[in-house]
Amino acid sequence: MSRPVGVIALNVFRESVRDKVLYNLVFFAIVLMGASYLIGQLTAGQDVKIIKDLGLAATSIFGLFIAVFIGIGLVSKEVERRSIYILLAKPIERYELVIGKYLGLVLTLAVNVAVMAIALYAVLAYMAWAAPPLAEAGWERPALDPAMLTAFLLTFCELAIVTAIAVFFSTFSTPILSAAFTFALFVAGRFSADLRNFNQVIESPVANGLTTGLYWILPNLSPFDVRSQVVHGQPVTAAYVALSIGYALLYIGALLVASTAVFSRRDFK
Amino acid sequence: MGSRLRTVGAVVVAAVLLGGAAAVQAAREQRVPPPPPSEDSLYLTSGTAVRRLTVGYSALAADLYWIRAIQYYGGVKLRFQKEQPPAAQPGGAPVEAYPLLYPLLDLTTSLDPWFNIAYRFGSIFLAEPYPGGAGRPDLAVTLLEKGLAARPDKWEYMQDIGFVHYWWRHDYRAASDWFARASTVDGAPWFLKSLAATTLAEGGDRQSSRTMWEAIRASAEIDWLRNDAERRLSQLDAADWIDQVQADVNRARAAGAPTSSWADLIRAGALRGVPVDPTRTPFELDPSGTVRLSRQSPLFPLPLEPQRTMTAPQP
Repeated sequence: MSRPVGVIALNVFRESVRDKVLYNLVFFAIVLMGASYLIGQLTAGQDVKIIKDLGLAATSIFGLFIAVFIGIGLVSKEVERRSIYILLAKPIERYELVIGKYLGLVLTLAVNVAVMAIALYAVLAYMAWAAPPLAEAGWERPALDPAMLTAFLLTFCELAIVTAIAVFFSTFSTPILSAAFTFALFVAGRFSADLRNFNQVIESPVANGLTTGLYWILPNLSPFDVRSQVVHGQPVTAAYVALSIGYALLYIGALLVASTAVFSRRDFK
Repeated sequence: MGSRLRTVGAVVVAAVLLGGAAAVQAAREQRVPPPPPSEDSLYLTSGTAVRRLTVGYSALAADLYWIRAIQYYGGVKLRFQKEQPPAAQPGGAPVEAYPLLYPLLDLTTSLDPWFNIAYRFGSIFLAEPYPGGAGRPDLAVTLLEKGLAARPDKWEYMQDIGFVHYWWRHDYRAASDWFARASTVDGAPWFLKSLAATTLAEGGDRQSSRTMWEAIRASAEIDWLRNDAERRLSQLDAADWIDQVQADVNRARAAGAPTSSWADLIRAGALRGVPVDPTRTPFELDPSGTVRLSRQSPLFPLPLEPQRTMTAPQP
């Protein structure tokens, strides 16, 4: 990583801290602690399972909002504020700016996911400590199940892809449109597996070709959701995780190359 | 300093205004009471549709439906205890109790097919007759078969299906088939094999019922299931105790003692005191000398016990 990329990434991280983005962690901790008390009264012994579901889903949802709403402004905000002229006047390549911005936000997300994981484990440790032995016998998996780290890791990979999508749109579109496009791609990515099965309901070879093409081009995000498997103790193999990470790295790489290409061609005169 | 004072002042004013709003709301509700909670309803019944709407966060949605299912079950059960339960339909058909219990559990398990407790909870409380449950053993079996499709290695679901056939449907052949199937799964308890053989050869008996309820109590993940199993075991104890007391009464009658009241039997020396059930509620004795569980007992009514299909040993 070149020095300017590192500097830009650190600045994006500092800016997000200044913008109080990490305040969401406090909210997350309050939600988890409040829920751990309330859910114990409501769920007939399923409190640990539900806290795990809630913590893992909240990590993904909070991360999604951070990835989208900060990602869409990373480049476009510099253009709007005209600070892009100052940046480009410095000895920085445009690709370094895009990659630096992206890595800065990914660093912010990594800190978010890590702190949320620690908070979730802390709440679960308390629940395990406070639970009567009979209740523990009913748990499908131990409260402090290390397998949850797999879910956190793949959630982080999914967020990294969403961030790359947001940055890509941010290089040529307005923030509102970028947010709409990113959310649309996120939803499409969660359901992209359906496109693969379209050939069973459509007879037209052209339409089939189109849906098959879309299936391979659109981000396939549903494989990154292993939360339910992990909570229920279903196996998630190392090969599956490795292939998912590989897919994420390549897809992010493709998006960053496209973002750099678009941004390099933009005329700021 | 001035700025801090202004902030404190603003907080105080906001708190006073909020308190005032709450007081006005309370006054309004005193004059015009808010409408009672609306009838139970379920707007979405398709698991596939809800799964789409949750955009992948289906496990969390399953948790919400699970909470709703147990709140619904508990709420209706409480209502039946406080109010007069709905009358039976004309012709003596069973009332439709807990109409939303199956749809809620079906949604829960569609959103999270591995939600173990939802299947097991459903198997007990869907099958149990009104007013304790929905009285729908068919739906209990449907739900458990759905669970089995998601997790074919769950011998507990097979045992529960066999149990529904045994206890609520008295279909001993089907029960035996399911117990036998469950016994072939790795990790299944030893007693399932003998239960399958006993059920097929002899039909139901109290000891087999006891074995099954003890198994449910031992594997129950939540207090509701455990308490229900405890209650059923107490009912079986009560049935045993009634048989014993009835034998004493019959002996006294054969000896010529009056058997129209407990006092007569105690005076005749047939009993040492008024016999009670496991909840310490006295049994009832009708004028013909038949011993019964009191309607005041928490164990009332005793379930229709599975009957033996073979009453005499084969020569």
